[in-house]
Amino acid sequence: MHRGNTRLLLLALPAVVVFAAFWLLPMARLVQVGASGPRGIAAYAAVVTDSNYFASLVATVAVSFAVTVATLVVSAIAGLFLQRNAFPGRGVLVAMLTFPLAFPGVVVGFMVIMLAGRQGLIGNVTDALFGYPVVFAYSMAGLFVGYLYFSIPRVILTVMAAVGKLDPALEEAARSLGATPWQVVRDVVIPGLRPALIASGAICFATSMGAFGTAFTLATNINVLPITIYTEFTNYANFSLAAALSLVLGLITWAALAFARSLAGSTVAAAA
Amino acid sequence: MTNLASGVRLDACGKTFDDGTQALEPIDLEIAAGETVVLLGPSGCGKTTTLRIIAGLEQPDAGGRVWFGAEDVTALPIERRNVGMVFQSYALFPNMSVAGNIGYGLKVRRVEAAARSREVLRLLDMMHLSGMGERRVDQLSGGQRQRVALARALAVRPRVLLLDEPLTALDAKLRESLRIDIDRLLRTLGMTAVYVTHDQAEAMALGDRIAVMSHGRIAQIGTPQDIYYRPATEFVADFIGTMNRLPGQCHDGVLRVAGGSLPLPADGHGADHAMFRPQDGQIVAPGQGDLAGRIAAVFFLGNATRIIVELDDVQSVVVETGERRAFREGDRVGVRVDPGGIMTLRR
Repeated sequence: MHRGNTRLLLLALPAVVVFAAFWLLPMARLVQVGASGPRGIAAYAAVVTDSNYFASLVATVAVSFAVTVATLVVSAIAGLFLQRNAFPGRGVLVAMLTFPLAFPGVVVGFMVIMLAGRQGLIGNVTDALFGYPVVFAYSMAGLFVGYLYFSIPRVILTVMAAVGKLDPALEEAARSLGATPWQVVRDVVIPGLRPALIASGAICFATSMGAFGTAFTLATNINVLPITIYTEFTNYANFSLAAALSLVLGLITWAALAFARSLAGSTVAAAA
Repeated sequence: MTNLASGVRLDACGKTFDDGTQALEPIDLEIAAGETVVLLGPSGCGKTTTLRIIAGLEQPDAGGRVWFGAEDVTALPIERRNVGMVFQSYALFPNMSVAGNIGYGLKVRRVEAAARSREVLRLLDMMHLSGMGERRVDQLSGGQRQRVALARALAVRPRVLLLDEPLTALDAKLRESLRIDIDRLLRTLGMTAVYVTHDQAEAMALGDRIAVMSHGRIAQIGTPQDIYYRPATEFVADFIGTMNRLPGQCHDGVLRVAGGSLPLPADGHGADHAMFRPQDGQIVAPGQGDLAGRIAAVFFLGNATRIIVELDDVQSVVVETGERRAFREGDRVGVRVDPGGIMTLRR
């Protein structure tokens, strides 16, 4: 028994070392740095008390939440359609839809500029039609489009896998009982996809909270937390505040993921 | 419970799928109000497709018509046909309680909550599920789940009850007891029911009539006795139970077969074969009976003993007996066949 424990400890040692070196120590240092500025431990409160940082936090959460909701709606409908219907070119279409997964945030930002920037497609078309160009690439709306673009593929794939596992007899049973197509979606399909929607929605939210490349490409003054952290860190060398904001950003994202996991856990039975 | 059951008629209902495979040749089928018809056959015979056409989950090929009583329902989707369906996989809604499942059809019909819960309680009681209304579906056994599925289908007072292999997922003991319950329900409620199964014992026990299907066609339709004792085709004879089939030459109403001869029934004169069920044969002393042979194998089944008798190098027959005698492999014996049990295929 004792020998077995020693061996287990030895086996776990590499993992413990890596965990300590690359997670525990940097986190401890981050916490320490966060509290080392002129504000001291109050730096952590700054994200709420300082209206600038608080606005940044609210904007980040709002855009991430909006992206998550829009992504879930678009992907659930598209995923259902793609999984349920066979048509020529379906395989190619699915492969193309997953293509954005390969792009870094910089490229996504670049594509948003080409679409809705000053020389963008939407600008040119609206200029020709109404006499003035519609440009929204360099704002929150542009960021929303960019995040939507790289969030949809992940969620569509998850939804398609979940739709494939739904028992078609459930929908047939509901229809036989007189349910209209909309009632079938509300009472059978959405509850059946709930765990997949929660899990992929949480990932989508977390990714949007922390995304940097797209926002940085679109404009250096978009007021989201990752950009704020970057500016505090590089432009003002305000290490302590950057560290505090980083921790707050991490905590909020982690809490969202944990909340989603607890929700999904209570619906695990739905798969039985 | 008011009886809204209606008869069902299929006129020339065939089904060809998009990929060109023909699952069902155009078939005609008439089911009287209150009757239980079992669609029996191996997988791929078209029985489930037939059920789905009646349900409205599949459209018949052009020219096919589905009638509920005097109403042509061919163009109606399933949600407007008022049918009850029971599936092999139970298909209970996992996000609803037992009561929620049973009351679902009433809820989409906008039956008010109080009347709905009264009806749910009545059905729970009828299905021996009293007190389980608030349980989650995954807290029930397989047998209980299928009872909930039945209650859910009956709650909407369907014109036709459609059951697609409802007992297949259950173990043997449970299957037997639920089968008896279903039988009792169908009789007392006077339901028109179509029951799909590949299990001939289930078909025999439940069906007023059985339609034996093969390769997208109805090979024979009739009462269980008809199907068992007067099979119309070789397929039906072999699919239902065990059948001894001996080829031979007919002389004056007697068929010369390997190991002896068998008297043919009056309607079978001139046939080139004779058939009999294992329980219509009897092992007798060598030299006696209709056939002579040697015991090749003996299987004690508990309620009967199954004996395989070799008549020659090619032909053998199976005899089943309830006698408590010891039969030894290798013994030479005679086989006497009950003349009333000898049959030929109709031509």
